[in-house]
Amino acid sequence: MSALRKYFANIFHSLYTVIVGMKITFRHLFVPAVTIQYPSVKLKLPERARNRLYVNIDDCIGCDQCSMACPVDCITIETIKATPDQDLGVTSTGNKKRLYVPTFDIDIAKCCYCGLCVPPCPTECIVMTDVYEFSEFDRKNLVYNFSRMTPAETAVAKERARKAEEEAAAKKAAAAAAAAAKQAAPVQPKPEPPQSPPTTTQ
Amino acid sequence: MTESQVLPTTYVTQPGAIVTSSGRTLHTDEMIINMGPQHPSTHGVLRLEIVVDGEIIVDVIPHIGYLHRCFEKHAEHMTNYQQVIPYCDRMDYVASMNNDHGYAVAVERLLKIQVPERVEYIRVIMAELQRIASHLIAIGTYGIDAGAFTPFLYCFTDREKILDLFEMTCGARLLYNYIWVGGLSHDIPPRFVEQAKEFCKYFRPRIKQFNDLLTYNEIFVKRTANVGVLPKDVAINYSSSGPMLRGSGVNWDLRRDDPYSIYDRFEWEPQVGKGEVGTVGDCWDRHIVRMREMEQSVNIIEQALAKIPEGNVQAAIPKRIRPDAGEVYVRTETPRGELGYYIISDGTASPYRVKVRAPAFVNLSVLPEISHGAMIADLVLIAGSVDIVLGEVDR
Amino acid sequence: METIQAILSNDIVDAVLLSILPIVFILLYALVTLYTEMKVAAHIQDRVAYMRTGWHGVLQPFADILKLLQKEDTIAANADKFLFILAPYIVFIGTYGGYAVIPFSSIYIGSNINLGAFFLIAASSLVVIGILMGGWASNNKWSIFGGMRSAAQMVSYEIPTALAVVVATMITGSLNLQDVTRFQDGGIQNWVVFGGPFPLVQRLLLLPFTLITFLILFTASLAEVNRTPFDLPEAESELVQGFNTEYSGMRFAMFYLAEYANMFLVSAVAVSFFLGGWTSPFGSFLSGPVWGIFWFIAKGMVFIFLHIWIRWTLPRLRVDQLMYTSWKVLTPFLFVCIFTVGLILVM
Repeated sequence: MSALRKYFANIFHSLYTVIVGMKITFRHLFVPAVTIQYPSVKLKLPERARNRLYVNIDDCIGCDQCSMACPVDCITIETIKATPDQDLGVTSTGNKKRLYVPTFDIDIAKCCYCGLCVPPCPTECIVMTDVYEFSEFDRKNLVYNFSRMTPAETAVAKERARKAEEEAAAKKAAAAAAAAAKQAAPVQPKPEPPQSPPTTTQ
Repeated sequence: MTESQVLPTTYVTQPGAIVTSSGRTLHTDEMIINMGPQHPSTHGVLRLEIVVDGEIIVDVIPHIGYLHRCFEKHAEHMTNYQQVIPYCDRMDYVASMNNDHGYAVAVERLLKIQVPERVEYIRVIMAELQRIASHLIAIGTYGIDAGAFTPFLYCFTDREKILDLFEMTCGARLLYNYIWVGGLSHDIPPRFVEQAKEFCKYFRPRIKQFNDLLTYNEIFVKRTANVGVLPKDVAINYSSSGPMLRGSGVNWDLRRDDPYSIYDRFEWEPQVGKGEVGTVGDCWDRHIVRMREMEQSVNIIEQALAKIPEGNVQAAIPKRIRPDAGEVYVRTETPRGELGYYIISDGTASPYRVKVRAPAFVNLSVLPEISHGAMIADLVLIAGSVDIVLGEVDR
Repeated sequence: METIQAILSNDIVDAVLLSILPIVFILLYALVTLYTEMKVAAHIQDRVAYMRTGWHGVLQPFADILKLLQKEDTIAANADKFLFILAPYIVFIGTYGGYAVIPFSSIYIGSNINLGAFFLIAASSLVVIGILMGGWASNNKWSIFGGMRSAAQMVSYEIPTALAVVVATMITGSLNLQDVTRFQDGGIQNWVVFGGPFPLVQRLLLLPFTLITFLILFTASLAEVNRTPFDLPEAESELVQGFNTEYSGMRFAMFYLAEYANMFLVSAVAVSFFLGGWTSPFGSFLSGPVWGIFWFIAKGMVFIFLHIWIRWTLPRLRVDQLMYTSWKVLTPFLFVCIFTVGLILVM
């Protein structure tokens, strides 16, 4: 094409594409808006929505699986062993609870909302809810404490656990001493009575 | 209005000389201007130090690293291979499904396991949906770089529909943690297939509308044709990949040429730039390659939706991922190009080394080469056509 | 009563009152246009803009102005303080000076001089100086780019504007905008854009050329006010805000106000010369001094709507393509138009 023809063709093509573009935007003037007025109208999130975490602490058996699965280490769990005579009850899924959980903290500011903590939980007590409006003014308020044990209860449980551990250690020592004494006297017509005074071995 | 940079005397070639950070002394009619980390059009925190003569660019020196988040170091300290996946998401945050896909395929190759058919189909659907979503961002922001503010909003309206599909499936809209080693985290919900089909039907006319509004608009064509021409051999020498490479006329697509999933079962074509309105390898070619790739992705999705088999998506997820000591390099085709994962395992439950070959990082390195002689307005468009995401460039 | 009449008949008081009217108009019009621009832009983009300040956001422009008023007034350390402060005012003065010769109605024209169009084009050239000053004095390399580009652009597009006005002047026979408007009185068929009040043969011959001239004037007016597709000086995605980058608060508001005032000014020029100014399109129906104001403003707002519509549709031109358009497309076409219109008129 000669230069002059190209020149005119260029101009007409420019005008034509401009008109086409303007037609499209004009049409869009009459399309209803796709935005919603957020605080007054809220979208309903699907049921699998992964937003704020929630822990049903009554169902927690203290297995620490969620804390180990978390890639950013935002879950902090402390557990205290319960003595066999304590009955902590049963979770809603039928698991027997054997551990006290005095500390179950989730730092929701660190949480990356990946959902890796949810599948490992045996009792399905940690879930991701659809709550997404949880801003706080103070960053400390973003550390959620899910455990409901008071410091007094925690102290009592710790004490019991410590005592039980000591008793168990003592029993173990006595059994070891009895076994050692058994070995020292080879002829043993009848077994020693089990209640021997607790002695400390080296 | 001159500025004098404070430099150690060893770099100064003559008293009062102004030297760029790459050691080049300026001539008297040149000026260093900083397209700084905060700039409306560098698509992230990228610093471009530009040496200009008036408006003509003489040299461009990119500075990166403003978004470095130590992905590779984190990966070494995770307790197992699955925990790395949320970190993979966050590298290229606009195309997370593709990141996860690459990593999962790499670890599966290391473990020598095979995933169920259903998992493969769903992974392909998700990867292609994510490709469309990522290209929508690329072309929307490209329009803004060129001055057209409206196509961006139309692109985001479409992207919302894709994100709704993802949210319905895995619960998140941007960083999914969905494609796991050996399977998927959730099976697709019952409404997914129908809604995805509706999306495909809705989306095809939108591509045409976008083309009418922006791609074939003479002003846009004038801005992008013959600008930032990347010749074929330069593209290959610089290891470009993805639309950068295909825009220069090289017919290379990893989904077909280094197959890693079931892409060979679908009918689709990699799109190649042909220089329709200018030189082969200019910005318009890369743009039209992205537009046409979106259409091809819709084809793939429709074919895959029609044929999803039944199965359990979590059947092959191993309880303990403890691969034998060894190494693997797997590359997949993300919207930006060839994403490579080089994983070294030492036999324990956590990886010894995960090295990522980020396509945006490699593609960005060609920027100084193709912007010689361009004007500043062109540089904005050239940088936009590389389609960088700083999360991936810096990792 | 008599004192009021005595005061009003004083020339100086008269002049002051006459010159305050356009400022009042500009302020009101700026509020309306701010709102219109945002709402039209939003609906083009399938979204709604302001909804919370007042019913559907009608109080938003007031909120915007209040916000700009109460911002801290920062001037960069090495900025040329005098020029920095002066620049917005020069831009506004250049624009506002043009309002002196715009006839809003048959009874109101600020200054009824016989050189109306000539004065208008000269006065609006002051804007170039203001923008250059603003860009340079900011001590910011990006602002310099914006200023330089803007100077080149506005100087180049003065030529098509002036030449288009010359075409209209040839047809209507006067540079005085009031006479030009009166020439087109009598209905839509008498408007210069449709050929003017001439016999049929002459009008049909003139019609394509007046249409082309009108289109070119509209394009040049887009470039004069730095709107997309010619908004390189304030290219948001390249230069952050171009020459505006360092301005904040009331100074930025001044630039913004000047831009809107300029928009209406170039629209008023196009309307007065080509679309019949304050005359009614129906001839004598709905015409009169007060109706004149309504028609004038209505036609101006149609142009403003066109400005807004085009801004949100088109990408922007690069600076050399912009110069190409002005010097190699618009100006040659206009030369041909002038020549041909002249021939037709002497036939």
